[in-house]
Amino acid sequence: MSTSVKKQAMSVGTWAATFILMVIMGVPGLWVILSGFRPNREILAKPAIWIPQDLSLDNFRSIFGLGDAQVAIPVLSYFSNSMIIALTSTGIALLIGMSGGYAFARFRFRGKNSLFLGLMLSRAVPGIALSLPVFMIWSKLGLIDAKAGLIIVYVALNVPFTIWLIDGFFRQIPKEMSEAAQVDGCTRWQAFWKIEFPLARSGIASAGVFAFLTSWNEYALASQLTRSTDSKTLPVGLMDFTAQFTIDWAGMCAMAVIIIVPALILTFLVQKHLIAGLTFGGVKG
Amino acid sequence: MRWRADKHTPFLLLSPAILTILFVVAIPLAFSLYTSLTPYKLTKPDTINTFIGLRNYERLLDDSKFWWAFGRTILFLTIALNVEFLLGLGIALLINRITWGQRALRTIMMFPMMFSPILVGFQFKFIFNDNIGILNNALHGLGITDGAIAWLVDKPLGMMSIIFAEVWMSTSVFAILLLAGLFAMPRDPLEAAKVDGCNPWQVFRHITLPFIMPFAFIAMTIRSLDVARAYDIVDVMTGGGPAGRTELLWTLIARVGYDNAKMGQANAMAYVSTLLSILFTYYFFTKLVAARRYMGGAA
Repeated sequence: MSTSVKKQAMSVGTWAATFILMVIMGVPGLWVILSGFRPNREILAKPAIWIPQDLSLDNFRSIFGLGDAQVAIPVLSYFSNSMIIALTSTGIALLIGMSGGYAFARFRFRGKNSLFLGLMLSRAVPGIALSLPVFMIWSKLGLIDAKAGLIIVYVALNVPFTIWLIDGFFRQIPKEMSEAAQVDGCTRWQAFWKIEFPLARSGIASAGVFAFLTSWNEYALASQLTRSTDSKTLPVGLMDFTAQFTIDWAGMCAMAVIIIVPALILTFLVQKHLIAGLTFGGVKG
Repeated sequence: MRWRADKHTPFLLLSPAILTILFVVAIPLAFSLYTSLTPYKLTKPDTINTFIGLRNYERLLDDSKFWWAFGRTILFLTIALNVEFLLGLGIALLINRITWGQRALRTIMMFPMMFSPILVGFQFKFIFNDNIGILNNALHGLGITDGAIAWLVDKPLGMMSIIFAEVWMSTSVFAILLLAGLFAMPRDPLEAAKVDGCNPWQVFRHITLPFIMPFAFIAMTIRSLDVARAYDIVDVMTGGGPAGRTELLWTLIARVGYDNAKMGQANAMAYVSTLLSILFTYYFFTKLVAARRYMGGAA
């Protein structure tokens, strides 16, 4: 009797604790997203208006310059800069990461562990610390405020982690499969393309999503290496709003929605692979 | 053996990766080290040719602003990472017990991971805003407080708000990886321990915890690679202010290097922060490798 009461109390407690945690995790983000659809006067209202009365796409229209209000922030070019930079750097990082990850998964060679560690440690350098010398060198090379400048940096940021993930995915594929193909007369290259690559494809895609998000979200380096609409990305553009005399909360929230939507979609698509990749690559080594 | 036929193949495959890292990280870091030994100012380009030895580093020793930022950064990381680990462990254990709706809960748990640090910072700047923020509005509406609390301005509150934002953003990483560890756990030892009369705490302490520790180290390694992302959060929320109350090492570097144009000095600070991050990552990486060996994986 008392044990069943205790059990019930435990399960109620579990649910209550879970509920509170989920509210804390979900509400702040949802509140920002909701505010992106509300007019500024409702956000600024005193006393606060809790239940939105006036939801519309006006904020989005105005930050894209379609409404009557004149907005000086060129969100459209920030968006296309972000897309171009993130997609290009992800593509290059995946090619480099596949070749590197394959080498780690399938070959034994001298200095393998220290090389892997070295790659990881290169990723540990804080963005803002790295930005100082990169800023000085890039200004000599004319890469400041150029998309190419950021693309090169993001490729380097993404390569270590891409290699870690892809290495893990290749290891899950038994070596014997490609060996058998080679016995049957495939070259190693053919065995890779026909057997190992198709099997690792979904894993590679999730590594790509991870790389894309890193580039899409990066701020510390982008804020120093970009200057104008030629190369400014969305995260840097978000700060444009605070530079003005008063903060345009509605506009900022709308821009936050634009930044978060691609990230939301992509993460949902690959969440399973991502967890599998991180744990497998790490634990089974 | 065909597999080892060519000694150079792995290096050939790895050369693009190595070249990229050399060009974007290694060479700039070497340049940064050199710059930290000069009085280089952006406004006076010639100063890069003057060699002053370790004077920038000596100056750091006397720089109280630097040490305050340094201490605050260590405190920030210690609190944030411990809270993240404990909360993440708690969430993982909770969700592991729940069978109904577990998939949905896991998806909600991923939610903060999708937010970029800059968005997390903005989001909490919005929520903690003393005038229009949802937090003050709620407290006021419920009649708990009269006036507005200046969450981001007040001395201990400012730092606490930033830690809260950081914990909100990164607890998921721990929760998700620890949950993956719990799922991967074999059932037999648990049953056996219960049969042998272990109480739940003993089972947790001696069976569950050792098993999921490698997963915790993976999470720690991943986190140590990106702790400096907290720069983005602070930059949006307070910019290190007011009056340097929330200044971390990273915001101080940006201020000295870009705003004050003292590149030599900033590079010296950046070097200290880089070494700190690398030591931190190295420590958890060795832990991870050791845990992996212990688990019997082929390292």
